[in-house]
Amino acid sequence: MIRFIFKGVIRDKSRSLIPVIIVSAGVFLTVFLSSYFAGVFGDMIDLSARFTTGHVKVVTRAYAENEDQMPLDLALLEVGSLKTQLNAAYPDMEWVERIHFGGLLDVPDENGETRAQGPAIGTAIDLLSPGSTEIARMSIQESIAKGSIPSKPGEALISEGFAQKFAVSVGDEITIFGSTMNGSMMFKTFIISGTLNFGNAFLDRGAVFIDLRDAQLALDMEDASSEILGYFNDGVYNDAKALQVTESFNSSYNVPEDEFSPQMMRLVDQNELGQYLSLAEHMSSIFILVFVMAMSIVLWNTGLLGGLRRYSEYGIRLALGEEKKHIFYTTLLEAAIIGVIGSVFGTVLGLAGAYYLQTYGLNLSGMMDNVGMMMPAVLRSKITPELFYIGFFPGVIATVFGNALAGYAIYKRKTSRLFKELEV
Amino acid sequence: MENHSIIKIENLVKSFPVGKGEFIALDNLSLGFEKGEFAGLVGPSGSGKTTLLNIIGSLDTPSKGKVMVLDKSVSELTNRQSAQLRNKHIGFIFQTFNLLPVYNVFENVEFALLLQKMSANERKKAVMDALEWVGLTEKVKSRPSMLSGGECQRVAIARSMVKRPEIVLADEPTANLDSKNSHNILQTMKNLNRELKTTFIFATHDEKVMQYLDRIISLEDGKVSKDEKVKDPKN
Ligand SMILES: Nc1ncnc2c1ncn2[C@@H]1O[C@H](COP(=O)(O)OP(=O)(O)OP(=O)(O)O)[C@@H](O)[C@H]1O
Ligand SMILES: [Mg+2]
Repeated sequence: MIRFIFKGVIRDKSRSLIPVIIVSAGVFLTVFLSSYFAGVFGDMIDLSARFTTGHVKVVTRAYAENEDQMPLDLALLEVGSLKTQLNAAYPDMEWVERIHFGGLLDVPDENGETRAQGPAIGTAIDLLSPGSTEIARMSIQESIAKGSIPSKPGEALISEGFAQKFAVSVGDEITIFGSTMNGSMMFKTFIISGTLNFGNAFLDRGAVFIDLRDAQLALDMEDASSEILGYFNDGVYNDAKALQVTESFNSSYNVPEDEFSPQMMRLVDQNELGQYLSLAEHMSSIFILVFVMAMSIVLWNTGLLGGLRRYSEYGIRLALGEEKKHIFYTTLLEAAIIGVIGSVFGTVLGLAGAYYLQTYGLNLSGMMDNVGMMMPAVLRSKITPELFYIGFFPGVIATVFGNALAGYAIYKRKTSRLFKELEV
Repeated sequence: MENHSIIKIENLVKSFPVGKGEFIALDNLSLGFEKGEFAGLVGPSGSGKTTLLNIIGSLDTPSKGKVMVLDKSVSELTNRQSAQLRNKHIGFIFQTFNLLPVYNVFENVEFALLLQKMSANERKKAVMDALEWVGLTEKVKSRPSMLSGGECQRVAIARSMVKRPEIVLADEPTANLDSKNSHNILQTMKNLNRELKTTFIFATHDEKVMQYLDRIISLEDGKVSKDEKVKDPKN
């Protein structure tokens, strides 16, 4: 019987083509959009982790409360020993220091007089020690527009936009004015070794990158830093592990009475990233729900139309001694076959689309110039294992459910009524 | 020839609800059929021929009275039992041939056997036998759309006969056929009736059909108005 039904489905295009197209389209959308959201949210979180939040981050509690002001006077002290302890306690993580500071960028002319000035957002990372992972983490090499990465103390990278605005380029001098950790006046001159273009307005605006040691010296921050970021060695954020690490760290280091005691935060505790993450997870369930309902309704209607067309077939089958119950079951079986075919198509198409977007990406950098959010300029989808079934089962379920609704009339009617209605 | 009763109808009433009242389609009708008959129900349109065939075939149920088919009371059958009665013991032939367009000739006939426990080989043999009875072994692979009306009706006959039922109910089987094809299929059915002892009951207006019947039952307003044996029917 299954063989017979299968033949019928394959041969009768009007029976299978439209439902297959509908199911494929729905499954395609589910798979593709799920991968799209997984990709976009994943990239967003990844970008945040690399540039601002780490997988976990250690700062003083006072610093955490005023983080957007980059208050150096609230920085972590004795970071050397803290880092040693972190490395010992959590050996499968990497710990890096960073300093964030605000200042004024000053471009002198030949005579040493100010030619141009503007606010700068300084970031000090480990640029110089051999084997520093920070350069790769922040894609510094890939983002170099002109020149190169600093190779010795006293060199700086500035954003390409900044360089153009102040008409400076590689080899020129710039002076950074600011205040040290103790509040005294600080100025230090750097040579531009290169310019940077991250392709993201949030990162590019007024950016100045210098080596961590340079910053510590200039800012009076010997053995101090704004923050220590922790990264899992496999590069992937793992919330369960992050929670465990954070809880164990805080229970031994965070002293409620001391606002300068270090505290650790997970990625999801920062910048509302937790909300984005759970949104990403809910998004696909919402899709699937909407999709199953919409598909069921559409397929219900196509099922009704198809059923009308096949009234005489059902009549004949009743006369041949098939029970109406059995006829109903076979229509469901038929729907399942159509659902499987459509869902396979849709999943393959969705994966193909996702693969394309994962490989080539959708470059939105032109549109992102004014986006103040930490978002990647190239949207990429992400192929996850769940894509292989996330659209498939809903596709089959929607088809069977839609046809069950359509065929319910057959199931409910008395055989005698049904036979009369069936235009034999 | 040993005759025994295979259908017994006593005081059958079939009424349909119409508006507030009801319409009596079969009015206290009593009839019997014996194995091997080639009988026909004739009568004006609306006299109840189709209604009676449907009740005999347990596609419809009596309102009152008793209808025994192969020693089973049709009004007492469950859905499953009446389906089984049709599946094993009763074949139907309709005015429109009602073949399933997506299946070829072989599959259309095979369909009637799918609900029975049968190996694929047995099924194939039964189908080929049935197609041979109606002379269509050459066209097993053809789809209904490629066949003439007469050929379609012969496929329908093969489909009704393939399970070797005791009873075949044929409602206006020639109405859509020309004279030559009508005679052709009637001869085929008559042969089967002789060889397999299958009981045929027709509902018809067609003079050509009546020539072949060995018994003609006239219905009028849901009652039997005449019931006569024919001495020397056409073969
Ligand atoms: N479901 C129904 N509801 C109401 N009336 C019905 C129903 N089915 C049949 N009838 C009526 O019962 C009567 C007998 O119908 P039936 O179809 O048996 O006639 P028939 O002898 O086969 O006629 P024809 O030669 O036109 O095929 C008709 O008057 C018909 O209108
Ligand atoms: Mg009729």
